[in-house]
Amino acid sequence: MKSEFLLQIKDLKASIDNKSIIKGLSLEVKPGEIHAIMGPNGSGKSTLANVLTGRDLVTVTDGSVTFEGRNLLDMSPEERAREGIFLSFQYPIEIPGVSMVNFMKTAINEQRKHRGLEPLSASEFLSQMREKKELVEIDSALTNRSVNEGFSGGEKKKNEIFQMAMLEPRLALLDETDSGLDIDALRIVANGVNKIRSADTSVIVITHYQRLLDYIIPDFVHVMFDGRIVKSAGPELALELEKRGYDWIRKEADIAEESWITDRKL
Amino acid sequence: MDYRPEVISKLSAMFNAGHGTFLKDSPELFNRHREKAFNDFLRLGIPDRKNEAYKYTNLEKFLNYQYQDYFFPLPSDFREAERFHCEVEDLNVWNMVLLNGFFPHGEDGLVMLPGGIWVGSMKAAVRQFPSLVEKHYNRYVEDGTDGLIPLNTALASDGLFLYAPKNTVYTKPIQIVNLLHSDKDIFVQDRNLIIVEEGAQLSLLSCDHSISPRRFLTNTITEVYVGRNARFDIIRVQNQHDNSGKITHTFIHQERDSYASSNNISLHGGLVRNATWHYLGGENSETHSYGLFLADKDQHIANFVKVDHVAPNCNSTQLFKGVLDDNSSGAFNGRIMVHKDAQKTNAYQSNNNIILSDTARMDTKPQLEIYADDVRCSHGATVGQLDENALFYLRSRGIDVHEARLMLMFGFAHEVIKKISIEALRDRIDDLVQKRLRGELSRCASCAVQCN
Ligand SMILES: Nc1ncnc2c1ncn2[C@@H]1O[C@H](COP(=O)(O)OP(=O)(O)OP(=O)(O)O)[C@@H](O)[C@H]1O
Ligand SMILES: [Mg+2]
Repeated sequence: MKSEFLLQIKDLKASIDNKSIIKGLSLEVKPGEIHAIMGPNGSGKSTLANVLTGRDLVTVTDGSVTFEGRNLLDMSPEERAREGIFLSFQYPIEIPGVSMVNFMKTAINEQRKHRGLEPLSASEFLSQMREKKELVEIDSALTNRSVNEGFSGGEKKKNEIFQMAMLEPRLALLDETDSGLDIDALRIVANGVNKIRSADTSVIVITHYQRLLDYIIPDFVHVMFDGRIVKSAGPELALELEKRGYDWIRKEADIAEESWITDRKL
Repeated sequence: MDYRPEVISKLSAMFNAGHGTFLKDSPELFNRHREKAFNDFLRLGIPDRKNEAYKYTNLEKFLNYQYQDYFFPLPSDFREAERFHCEVEDLNVWNMVLLNGFFPHGEDGLVMLPGGIWVGSMKAAVRQFPSLVEKHYNRYVEDGTDGLIPLNTALASDGLFLYAPKNTVYTKPIQIVNLLHSDKDIFVQDRNLIIVEEGAQLSLLSCDHSISPRRFLTNTITEVYVGRNARFDIIRVQNQHDNSGKITHTFIHQERDSYASSNNISLHGGLVRNATWHYLGGENSETHSYGLFLADKDQHIANFVKVDHVAPNCNSTQLFKGVLDDNSSGAFNGRIMVHKDAQKTNAYQSNNNIILSDTARMDTKPQLEIYADDVRCSHGATVGQLDENALFYLRSRGIDVHEARLMLMFGFAHEVIKKISIEALRDRIDDLVQKRLRGELSRCASCAVQCN
């Protein structure tokens, strides 16, 4: 039976080099929903994205993650991507010598093969490139280069959204895609996200700022603290965090300052 | 035990016994240099690992072997060789096959290409252009400490002659296929001379192949003169089977306002050692030394480079990369010498290597000697694995891990290939390298031999 959830995380615990980072996290995302995850630096947001995309430097020690009812943790990173998970990286990497065109063509065709489709013809591929480039207002000069090579910080983020638009994922994870973007780029990125969202495409937006959420209106806002989600509410929560910071949440969530500090010392 | 005295005495016996044969069949100019060269060889010997330039390269496997007698090809050998077609053959190039270091048609083997460029055998060149050849032959070799260099001068009888007279330009690359083909195990000594006079331009693609399953050892010298305001590019694609050794010594001598580049792409071959000397003898010149190798099994691939900045205001770059798998080993030894008058020198060197197995090994060694004060030099070397972050990035887009690794290796290699200025050639070499990475090049199109 198919799950009503696209993504279901249950009591997830994960560590890096035996250091526990995700400490019991649950989250459910239905098709079409937009979730925002906020939280202070180092609270584990990117680590969560790494767990979901299958980065092997993070070890899952407990809990479960299912994607459309299937065990996600059993799948290789590439299988997850072909199943429709996409991560817009917080720090996109430069890959000299690997051309954007070849990279995207390979990625798209691997995905199509997985879905039992023929590879795109050269002209189909190029017209898809053109269309998506316009969508994110990215210059051909960029897509003719090697992956992210010499791209500015903002261009790298736009390039992530471009790849997302090309791959049309079921679940997009945006890890601080808004940081480092100017006002216009922010609008373009948000537009790109809004274009791909649909009744069955879900988005998880990791951000520190309310401003992206003005464009991409979330259904839920979660606050992450020290490896857990400590508060979830509607979009108004983001506004409140912007005004009041995180201290009140820490208190409200009954994370005793003291234990939090001793935790850190250990 | 040191194998060398015995090999040297065998070579001496061969030199003395064969003397009559190759004196008769060789250009007089070559013969004039032999005796002294052989004595130099005896004095310097076969380089071993005590020699700085061979510190990481052991020649024993290929030198400590009884090769057959001195070799002269017969006309029938050439007919057979000419049936050979190279992988890069459908390129728009002027193409010629050199068989075991000999040019076909011996003394008649010299032709003028459109634009006035001469290509042919050294034998014929000595006849047709005696004073020109004499002016350049054996003038640019730096014998230093390497006995294999005078050994070539002592034993060579033929090779490639390329001559671009003043202001001539040949727009197509010239392709030479160095073919090894014999029913015996042979030691080949070819001697090449390339003269690019003032204002002339020339590109040479040199492809090495072996088409018989014998053991081969090649010891090549290529002397290049690049005149004022002239331009010369050489690209080597080395694709001999792993039972062959290839040792090259290339001396590029540059006059002022000139440009030269050398690019060694080593794909197969049991032992490959390329030594490239760049001599910047005139102001305002530019020289580039590039190299890429892909090694697996028990291959050993070494690049030795020396850039001599003698004149001021010159730029040089060295960019060498290697990918090593299995038990293969590699070495890079890059020297930059800035002489005391070479002010405003710009010299750059970089050597990056990827190791794919626990048992592969790479040694890299930069050497800078700077005697001028107004100089910019930089160098860097890395030996590492494929970048895990980059690998994950590709996989996170749905690309299979195996494919992602190939893409990264290819991307790494492409940084060297993209330096090739002729686009069609660049694409073809990209293609060859892709195939090599995918393990598809173990058999070339018309070749009966497994390369590995
Ligand atoms: N590769 C790693 N090795 C060791 N520790 C790591 C590694 N990656 C993350 N961590 C640690 O895990 C914790 C969570 O880091 P993470 O990057 O997930 O935080 P974040 O919430 O994304 O922070 P930010 O808002 O700054 O991006 C931090 O204490 C961090 O130092
Ligand atoms: Mg983060």
